[in-house]
Amino acid sequence: MIYEISYVALLFFFIFVGLVIGLSFYFGRKTSSSSSYYAAGGQIHWGVNGIAFAGDYLSAASFLGICGMIAVSGFDGFLYAIGFLGGWVVALFLIAEPFKRLGKYTFTDALNAKFNSRAITLAASIGTLIVSVFYLIPQMVGAGDLVMPLLGLPHWVGVLLVGAIVIVIVASAGMASTTYVQFLKGGLLIVLSVVLTFFILKNGLTLTPNFKGSSSHYTFMELTPQVENEKLIAVNDWDVVGQQTVGNKTFVKLSQNGIERWFDWTQDANGSMLKETLTVTQRADGQTLYNGEPKENRRFYQVGHMSKIVVNGQEVGETGAVGPFEFLSTLQESEIVRFLQVKFSDGADEVSVYYQEPTAGATFMLPGLKYKIGRDANLWSKLDFISLMLALFLGTAALPHILIRYYTVKTPRDARKSTILAITAIGGFYILTLFMGLGAAVNGVLDVESSNMSAPLLARAFGAVLFSIISAVAFATVLGTVAGLIVASSGAIAHDFIDIYLKKNLSDHRKVQVGKIAAFAVGIFAILLGMAFKGINVSFLVGWAFAIAASANLPAILFLLFWKKTSETGIAASIIVGIVSSLLIILTSPTMWDKYGLDPANAIHQLENPALISFPLAVLTVYLVSLWYPKQNAVGNGLTA
Amino acid sequence: MHVNNTSTEKESLTKRKSVLGIRLFFIYLICYAGFVVIGVFQYELLAVQVPGGLNLALAYGIGLIIFAVILGVVYNYYCTKYEDEAEAEQSNEIEEGGAV
Repeated sequence: MIYEISYVALLFFFIFVGLVIGLSFYFGRKTSSSSSYYAAGGQIHWGVNGIAFAGDYLSAASFLGICGMIAVSGFDGFLYAIGFLGGWVVALFLIAEPFKRLGKYTFTDALNAKFNSRAITLAASIGTLIVSVFYLIPQMVGAGDLVMPLLGLPHWVGVLLVGAIVIVIVASAGMASTTYVQFLKGGLLIVLSVVLTFFILKNGLTLTPNFKGSSSHYTFMELTPQVENEKLIAVNDWDVVGQQTVGNKTFVKLSQNGIERWFDWTQDANGSMLKETLTVTQRADGQTLYNGEPKENRRFYQVGHMSKIVVNGQEVGETGAVGPFEFLSTLQESEIVRFLQVKFSDGADEVSVYYQEPTAGATFMLPGLKYKIGRDANLWSKLDFISLMLALFLGTAALPHILIRYYTVKTPRDARKSTILAITAIGGFYILTLFMGLGAAVNGVLDVESSNMSAPLLARAFGAVLFSIISAVAFATVLGTVAGLIVASSGAIAHDFIDIYLKKNLSDHRKVQVGKIAAFAVGIFAILLGMAFKGINVSFLVGWAFAIAASANLPAILFLLFWKKTSETGIAASIIVGIVSSLLIILTSPTMWDKYGLDPANAIHQLENPALISFPLAVLTVYLVSLWYPKQNAVGNGLTA
Repeated sequence: MHVNNTSTEKESLTKRKSVLGIRLFFIYLICYAGFVVIGVFQYELLAVQVPGGLNLALAYGIGLIIFAVILGVVYNYYCTKYEDEAEAEQSNEIEEGGAV
């Protein structure tokens, strides 16, 4: 996509980032002991903590990823919202209170409260680290996507920027700062989403979304070719240069005034038609052309519009302001133009073509465009759907940076109130993602190269100020989440691994110091991964983190809390089996195959999400190993359940 | 409010809350699994219109989100009630103990 720098957005961006860092330093001055570094000394008010919970959870995956996936794949994006929230039920009803009663700082401590086992410490700290890293990847990818339209900078600069800022925050302060920062941005994100949804509904649905002249809606060209014996002979004013067939699609290269463009050749009962596409051409000489022209000519457009609006059986040009139900039901009756990508080689050039695919609203508003469970479904795609829903449901409770907030309030009662406030805020927000995602799909704002920016770009259509504030909040969202994750990972390294596993008996001061060094190392690693995974939808990436968390941590926690015979060996083995099996399945998945430069269709298996196999495997492991190697040295601290 | 403070919490209270949590979890699990099962085995059903003009997929999805929030509120209400009851019981015991 081609972006111009927005100076208003820049101003708000710097104000916001300044505020975040300022808050960190302010609270950082109050942070002295290691307990205040990791868990804010257990002194955070439950209301603040609840919204901070929401702030933690509504990461880039929720705001950027879900909205983006809804905008591109319709209902399938909403599956993530349903699953992410379902996960809170597990966290609230099964884990929250018993965990709080254990009264420890990190996930590893809680798991180990009964046993004081070094094997558990080692396994759990590795688990925390791997889950955190997998959760960090999408945040960093989202950060890179955000700065492109915001600052007009390349993707890698955004990743680097977020990494650097977070390292400064974490190294200077710790949990206290991140709780207040998460509170601030969690609250703002919800308020701004309400505002954006209000604008979407007020604006209604229209065939030509030009926002009352404030933006120009581009109408794609349609040409009628001369065809003889099913061969394309000529096109008025254009020279026919070439032709490519990919699957059942045929693309035709035409030239006019020395500029070459690709068209999608459709033939149906109404005759032959050439529809303009969006094309990115990587030339052999290293130059990138957008629709056949250099970047500066700005011939690459934002997309996503409706080709038919049907209200009460009548086709209309626009609806005017609509209510929320009317918005959804009208979309169901109408037709939406999506842009699908194909890649092919044209001589020495590598071409990515994005062609128009009119999709019935009824199809768009059902699952199946990404996770095929209806038409075109096969066994793998159905298993993949089940696996995703399982991972989302079970993953939330097992995320290390979510669990750490259970310790930041005084009592289980407060922890519960925090969680309920969070679930309400998050639930409300997720319903709004449906409107924001669909709004982006039909208002001509989408960037075909990355779905992640759908919601902020929609905001830009409604005005520079809204865009700038939303971008700044989204950036702060990434910042806060990354900070929380880095604290959790540095805790795993400094506290669990070095202090407890290696028995270094570090002083309080030294512990904080080691934590900061660990935070720095994890930060650098996250930056590199963020650059490597550019272009993948962030919700999809988060699905992996959830699957690993669900497999590595959840069986261990649940058995510890609800089965008295659970042994330390069983817990450690379950964590290791969960990590290894989920990692193996992810690393051999079609998406990774594509990343390795291989054909995804030839991957060892076609399962994108590992939870369906790795979670039951981890459950089986903790059960069987606990039976084979019963517990020996339970220290016990009154835990009953 | 000290009754719910970590180790001082009575085992019977912990048990009551735990049983409530497990029950509510299973209620939600059945509803959530229902959505997945319909998606996999009865896909066409998701396209059926429900009152309000939405298809079943949308209504079920939004419903699951709202239901989670409702169950959360129910859980909090009963847990708080159990805690208050346990607190009252405990203070009664203390008063009785003091009278002896």
